[in-house]
Amino acid sequence: MKRPVAVGMILLGGSILLLFFLNLLLGSVTIPAGQVWKALWGGEVDNAIWQNIVLKSRFPQALTALVAGAGLSVAGLQMQTVFRNPLAGPSVLGVSSGASLGVAFVVLLSGRLGGVALSRLGYMGEIAMTVSAIIGAMAIMLLIVWVAQKVRGNVTLLIIGVMIGYVATAIIGVLKFFSAEEDVRAYVVWGLGSFARVSGGQVMTFVVIMAILLPLSFLLVKTLNLLLLGDGYARNLGLNVRRARIGVITCAGVLVAIVTAYCGPISFLGLAVPHLCRGIFRTSDHRVLMPASLLAGASLALLCNLIARMPGFEGALPVNSVTALIGAPVVAVVLFKHRKEDTGE
Amino acid sequence: MKRDNTIQIVDLSIGYPGKHGVKTVAEGITDTIRSGELTCLLGENGAGKSTLLRTLSGFLPPLFGEVAILGKPLRTYREKDLATVISVVLTEKNNLQNMTVTELVGMGRSPYTGFWGRLSAEDRHKVGEAIDMVGIAALGDRLVQTLSDGERQKVMIAKALAQETPIIFLDEPTAFLDYPSKVEILHLLHRLSRDMQKTVFLSTHDLELALQIADQLWLMAKGRGVTVGSPEDLALDGTLDAFFNRPGVAFEKQTGLYRIEPDYRGTVRLEGDPVCCAMVQKALRRSGLRAERDIEADRTVIAAPHAYILRESDGTTHRAESIAVLLEHITDHL
Repeated sequence: MKRPVAVGMILLGGSILLLFFLNLLLGSVTIPAGQVWKALWGGEVDNAIWQNIVLKSRFPQALTALVAGAGLSVAGLQMQTVFRNPLAGPSVLGVSSGASLGVAFVVLLSGRLGGVALSRLGYMGEIAMTVSAIIGAMAIMLLIVWVAQKVRGNVTLLIIGVMIGYVATAIIGVLKFFSAEEDVRAYVVWGLGSFARVSGGQVMTFVVIMAILLPLSFLLVKTLNLLLLGDGYARNLGLNVRRARIGVITCAGVLVAIVTAYCGPISFLGLAVPHLCRGIFRTSDHRVLMPASLLAGASLALLCNLIARMPGFEGALPVNSVTALIGAPVVAVVLFKHRKEDTGE
Repeated sequence: MKRDNTIQIVDLSIGYPGKHGVKTVAEGITDTIRSGELTCLLGENGAGKSTLLRTLSGFLPPLFGEVAILGKPLRTYREKDLATVISVVLTEKNNLQNMTVTELVGMGRSPYTGFWGRLSAEDRHKVGEAIDMVGIAALGDRLVQTLSDGERQKVMIAKALAQETPIIFLDEPTAFLDYPSKVEILHLLHRLSRDMQKTVFLSTHDLELALQIADQLWLMAKGRGVTVGSPEDLALDGTLDAFFNRPGVAFEKQTGLYRIEPDYRGTVRLEGDPVCCAMVQKALRRSGLRAERDIEADRTVIAAPHAYILRESDGTTHRAESIAVLLEHITDHL
């Protein structure tokens, strides 16, 4: 690894540690840094409530943000490469729409069919939502993979993915129309996206699943580098392009499905972070971009979570608004600077 | 020099399976392509040049017949093995961003690298060699998006060299290049075929250049199949003349090149300095006048440097200092 790359990675890693600690430290309740540190390492804390806040609320939330940000960014990078489209992101293939559809079915129909509003079920309701989101996302992903085998062109596949997304959104609209107001509200809240919803035991499940999936996605770096050259060249260099495409789509799709199931549809991170990393490291080599996207995604998600939870915003600011508000200018600045350098040469 | 028949084609039919049955582009192709030679594939748009290249590269299954690469049927090659036998330079433009020339050429080593695609010291050495051979050492650290079309084409050729395959296929490598770059690329490919005993097979529309540089020509025409031979043999037996025969183009057997041939409006006899005569001939031909040294004609031009004298049939003369002035006078009084 070249030195500037190593320095960049260390800086990104450092920013994660710093932002993670800030996530534990800052919030509507003021807790001294020393006490946060002690609580984190299982030490004796002056106030039992402080310990509870740090360990039961802020820590899981920060961990969720970190893992979700990493997952979405890696998936976004994979999507952009396999579709050779800078606007591709986790949401384009309709995978997140699929998750939404699954959740919509459960949330909106449970009231109608079961006679119980899911929002009142508490913990069981949460699990039902997660499972339905995964089922919904996976169903759409399988559909996309099936289409990918039939369709040759990348653009065609991309358009079909977007169309599937529209259809899913339309079905959700119809479902909403026939649902109780209380359920619609529960669905809308889910749709805003949040790192805070995942509670206690579910956080560990989420983190463990992602800890298995993220390293697996790294196995595709050579494939992704070859896909950059275009189908013809990739194939001539010994790559089975069709199998590679399905592999990458499946990997990215599963990552998005899991994250969306636990956090709701988080927009923008997956689209923005890969661009950010290309801008910072000025490379298209996935051996650099993959770890960079993972680290930068985690870091940016932590930052967004921190801002969404700033005193005064507590609980009021949805993560999705923050990701776009922070992410869009950052990406625009990076791309703009980039462009100037290019034309300057 | 030892030349092997690296590619043997027997009764090959190429085409695409379409919705309404199979679309056959060409059939009954039987020939060989040899190592140490530059073979140029010529033909009009739609004659099936790309289809043939795609079939020979293994991208497209043949409809019928057999292709043997290095004595082994093409269809029995695994993708991984084929990548070490055939390298390609394609027309497809990869919109690469932020990749350096060295990195791109390094991608040619992919068939030899391990799971992560990391280049070993040996790989990097071979990438350096390939870059030197193509003469783009100065471009090594440039980003691919900042290169000109000609430079980019050389980079892709370097990639093909880094791939270390005995066979290189190129689909219109001279398209979109300016004339000197076209010549440079073809010379480079010719040199590589000689020096490294590579089998170089390329399609092109640059007829004139192909006639001068190619060792073998493959002429492809819709419905007429493929005709193969050296440019000189094809010139002598009239194949080239028949192949591109259309109004306004004539094939000159003396030079073995094509010439733009207008409908002549008159004739002029030339006398004097041979070099000046040749230039006057060229200028008059452009204006639709056939000018020769050894013909009888009403008008005569006596050419010497800076002195061109036109003698009309009635004996009047007109003196011009340059060919441009002479030409102006003749066309005015035509």
